[in-house]
Amino acid sequence: MGTSLQPTLYLTVNGEKREVPAPDVRATLLDTLRERLGLTGAKKGCDRGECGACTVHLDGRRVLSCLTLAVAAQDADVVTVEGLATDGELHAMQRAFLDHDAFQCGFCTPGQLMSAVACVREGRAGSPDEIREWMSGNLCRCAAYPQITAAIADVAERAAENESTPAESGGGRS
Amino acid sequence: MKEFTYVKAPDMAAALTALRRPGAQLVAGGTELLNWLKDGIEAPDHLVDITGLPLTAVDVGPHGRLRVGALARMSDLAAHPEVARERPVLAQSLLLAASPQLRNMATIGGNLQQRTRCPYFRADTPLPCNKRTPGAGCAALQADDTAQHAIFGWTQECAATHPSDLAVALAALDATILISGPGGERRVPADAFHLTPEEAEPRRHTVLAPDELITGVEVPARPSARLSHYLKVRQRASYEFAVVSAAVALELTAGDTIGSVRIALGGVAHRPWRLTAAEEALRGTELADTDALRAAVAISFADARPLPGNGYKVELAQRAAVRALRAAARPEAPDVHRAGANGGPR
Ligand SMILES: Cc1cc2nc3c(=O)[nH]c(=O)nc-3n(C[C@H](O)[C@H](O)[C@H](O)COP(=O)(O)OP(=O)(O)OC[C@H]3O[C@@H](n4cnc5c(N)ncnc54)[C@H](O)[C@@H]3O)c2cc1C
Ligand code: SF4
Ligand code: FES
Ligand code: FES
Repeated sequence: MGTSLQPTLYLTVNGEKREVPAPDVRATLLDTLRERLGLTGAKKGCDRGECGACTVHLDGRRVLSCLTLAVAAQDADVVTVEGLATDGELHAMQRAFLDHDAFQCGFCTPGQLMSAVACVREGRAGSPDEIREWMSGNLCRCAAYPQITAAIADVAERAAENESTPAESGGGRS
Repeated sequence: MKEFTYVKAPDMAAALTALRRPGAQLVAGGTELLNWLKDGIEAPDHLVDITGLPLTAVDVGPHGRLRVGALARMSDLAAHPEVARERPVLAQSLLLAASPQLRNMATIGGNLQQRTRCPYFRADTPLPCNKRTPGAGCAALQADDTAQHAIFGWTQECAATHPSDLAVALAALDATILISGPGGERRVPADAFHLTPEEAEPRRHTVLAPDELITGVEVPARPSARLSHYLKVRQRASYEFAVVSAAVALELTAGDTIGSVRIALGGVAHRPWRLTAAEEALRGTELADTDALRAAVAISFADARPLPGNGYKVELAQRAAVRALRAAARPEAPDVHRAGANGGPR
């Protein structure tokens, strides 16, 4: 391992303070989550910002963990797909992906879910066209796009119907 | 990937000092730099993270002048209500670029400093490329693999285009890039910030010196900014760089007659390409007169120099310019924010 910036790197992931001893300053957030913290939900599809499989939330915004240096994420709140469910209860978006059959192999799914939750929260899930545009950063080799779009539209509709309960009310901190 | 040190600059003075160290490189959103590190395009000794500097604000001045900090994220600038309402071309150029995740990370300064998408420049095993290694030759020109390359301002040494959509919109808005360096501050017009290989050796991408940084962008208040449009022609519906693009900002007199107009094209040169001669010729032209619009735009293409692979761009770019002119005059055109519609050729 290479250049250590400091003896230990501290990251806040899914609400928990996590330690990464002897960090490599060159490591991406994606590699650090997967290889140092055992959080293998975020996937490495392309490792160059093109596929969206590594999408996580940083301070509530969807970003690509393969283009984020772990050291640069020290002061931020990181939420991964592992942090979507609360107390064993699936997030509304996870439920909807199951209900709508929105995946086949599942490789892109963690990134799709993180992006989808943000998409609804950003208010960009008002129509299938709008969902397709605002989910265009997440590729699916199995082409589950119609089902993914339907799942997101479903969650967005239910969120809109129930004004008093925000979209992310299905559980989870994100 | 070579080892490097990492420091987060606490203030501008510290950033400029850190940048003077040999082998130092700035990082902002990281969406370009991390790919360069992985592909060996850059191998800095020291990374200077500038995301802690107070350069994130988007301010509208008393007379409508817009000032954008270099560290504003693409998504934040696009979502700014004043920008969407008063300068549609700017919001559209941002929302039609990259993906929502990338726009949440990518900064305005980093966007301008992004580099060509020429596949030989981006190769993870080095190929002859004068931008990568001066004097190595140009694999794209040698192979006539030039479908994505320039039709203006290229040389036998390099025919790369610059991929920034934002830069094209800024050029049509007569914006200014604000730069700080050891010698103080300087201002550069948006359409003179990037360098073509006719203007400087291919190794140089922009006028920015290695010890300078972009602090922001200033967009003057102009009545024409409101009637403006960004048209991006892509090989797929979304999440793709432009084949060609056209940014137009326009003032109408007496109904549908063009008063003043500014047109900048993307995808045709290594900088936003202003159609200055066409802009002159378009004054007084009726928007409904398609033949007159075409003829005026064609004047700026008299000196186009298509390569063996990209003759199609000469026609496509002219059509994009004409269509963008029309769309700029109709601000009620499809709303990119909601539908993601491009209003482009279908
Ligand atoms: C898959 C993909 C698709 C994309 N599609 C598009 C597209 O359609 N249209 C488009 O326009 N762009 C597109 N981009 C490019 C994207 O917009 C840029 O990567 C981004 O804007 C760079 O900003 P950053 O802050 O991440 O830069 P960084 O990666 O942090 O930095 C890039 C360079 O800029 C320098 N730099 C950064 N900030 C400053 C500053 N303030 N002063 C001086 N130098 C600075 C850095 O030193 C570095 O050399 C795409 C990128 C990817 C990965
Ligand atoms: S066109 Fe320019 S960037 Fe592309 S291979 Fe030739 S020298 Fe390199
Ligand atoms: S792994 Fe990050 S975008 Fe593909
Ligand atoms: S479900 Fe297989 S890649 Fe999307």
